[in-house]
Amino acid sequence: MKILKGKVYSFGNNIDTDQIYPGRFLELTEHKDIGKHAMEGADPSYPQRFVKGGFIVAGSNFGCGSSREHAVITLKNVGVAAIFAKSFARIFYRNCINLGVPVIMAPDLDSFGLTEGKEIEVDLAAGTLESGGLVHTFVPLSNDIMALIENGGVFSLYKK
Amino acid sequence: MHAIEKILAQAAGKKSVSTGEIVTAGVDVAEVNDLYLQVVTSFYQLGGTKVKKPEATTFVFDHYAPAPTIKAADNHKAMREFCTAQGIDKLFDVGRGVCHQVLIEDGLVAPGSIVVETDSHTTTLGALGVFGTGVGATDMALILLNGSLWFRVPEVMKIVLAGGPLGPGVMAKDIILHIIGDLKQDAAIYKCVEFTGPAVATMSVEERLVLCNMSVEMGAKTAYIQPDAKTWEYLARMGIAKAIRDVSTDADYVYSSVYHYDVSKIQPSVATPGSVDNFALVKSEAGVQVNQIFIGTCTGGRLNDLATAAKILKGKKVAKGTRLVIIPASDKVMQQAMAAGHVQTLMEAGAAFSTPGCGPCLGAHEGILAAGEVGLTTSSRNFPGRMGSTESKLYVVSPATAAASAISGTITDPASL
Repeated sequence: MKILKGKVYSFGNNIDTDQIYPGRFLELTEHKDIGKHAMEGADPSYPQRFVKGGFIVAGSNFGCGSSREHAVITLKNVGVAAIFAKSFARIFYRNCINLGVPVIMAPDLDSFGLTEGKEIEVDLAAGTLESGGLVHTFVPLSNDIMALIENGGVFSLYKK
Repeated sequence: MHAIEKILAQAAGKKSVSTGEIVTAGVDVAEVNDLYLQVVTSFYQLGGTKVKKPEATTFVFDHYAPAPTIKAADNHKAMREFCTAQGIDKLFDVGRGVCHQVLIEDGLVAPGSIVVETDSHTTTLGALGVFGTGVGATDMALILLNGSLWFRVPEVMKIVLAGGPLGPGVMAKDIILHIIGDLKQDAAIYKCVEFTGPAVATMSVEERLVLCNMSVEMGAKTAYIQPDAKTWEYLARMGIAKAIRDVSTDADYVYSSVYHYDVSKIQPSVATPGSVDNFALVKSEAGVQVNQIFIGTCTGGRLNDLATAAKILKGKKVAKGTRLVIIPASDKVMQQAMAAGHVQTLMEAGAAFSTPGCGPCLGAHEGILAAGEVGLTTSSRNFPGRMGSTESKLYVVSPATAAASAISGTITDPASL
């Protein structure tokens, strides 16, 4: 598994799907259009300042609220490499795995000291995250789920 | 086993299941709402050609209906075409109402069934002894393809409601806001929340639906209330006379946690702007000027909610400078409210009615808030920007508080009337 490198984009607790993807854009269906509004409800400057390959690092209950899959589609389309949170809301978590977006639950995330803008290196399969010379560990996703994610999500199981 | 576990086990063809186990269970009713053309896209991307159980598949146009934009109209059109092509008869088009209410009223939801919808508030159906849960588009596409989905057997959290009767102006909404404020919005992630106790037994089914609906605001996967005589009386009106699976909980079942509340101590409550767990008493927020009041949705737009509002607003007028938007949860609710005279009463008071559906709940149309405006809503959520501008402020309240506040144009405790 390759090492992912990118910047930290930091968010607090209970970031709901209205903040990840506001309801007024739910009529959009083209993924590139959906990608233009990532995190706009939490931070209108995010779509402009986000650099592809970056990581979302959040507190507890990330992705709560509406079941909208747009919330995952938008993050996938701007190129979020992985989402770390202390906990995830259930529907958002399932949606991420289905679409191949790595979601890492790390209850001790606060101790990693991942402040906004930090450059980190992540090995998803090994469960390691390097930041400022320190290596932190997390419980990696299972091999089955990792295989699904590497292949772009659940679609890979069904393609002939 | 818990009733929820028995439902999952039977639907998965197993004798028993235990907490944490992952099972693939048949889905009895699947519902796609009009935000989810992605379901159709994912279905074809997955290689789908024919929906496995078209007779168990429904579409409800509620979130963006009637279509407010050309894009939304295009999405509706594509969904109608998909239903026609796939032989899906149960398409509830513009004006039928909010998906959860429509499925109940159409007699599609029987105790013991597994109902999955592309909407987080599917937990509502737990009030009828149903395993109801929300999913995203691709999970729904998998259901259309396979007729089943994998589920993790959830822990069950028990909330015992004792005491009563409820104090003046207190509704189920106040009880659940109190509970969410106490337990916080991540208390039930991935869990089933069961409501039980003497105060649930005396509560109407409409009010029980509110408790289960709002459980997702604590993160719940599903909610549950054991069907009783009231449930069966309610369901008989929808043509449902029996459970499709065993819905009993064994006496030795161990709950993951148990909480007790005395409802007679609960007062009219509000979630202050930003989060559903920002609990406050209505009386402590009294006097805040309000621009728009919205009564409606799967949480606060049923007959009982409209009747409560009509009783308070009868012979009164909505305050100048405040607008009252009312959207019944379904066409049936609207017709019943008309027959009872509630619509007339509320319109005479100055309310603006709109087509049954979700209305402005998700910030798409029919009552969006401008920057700097304050809204009161009987819906379920007040996340930043939920009903419009992120610079607006939205309070979640009961229909009684909403109606009382409409008279004065400021947040008003219905108990003070």
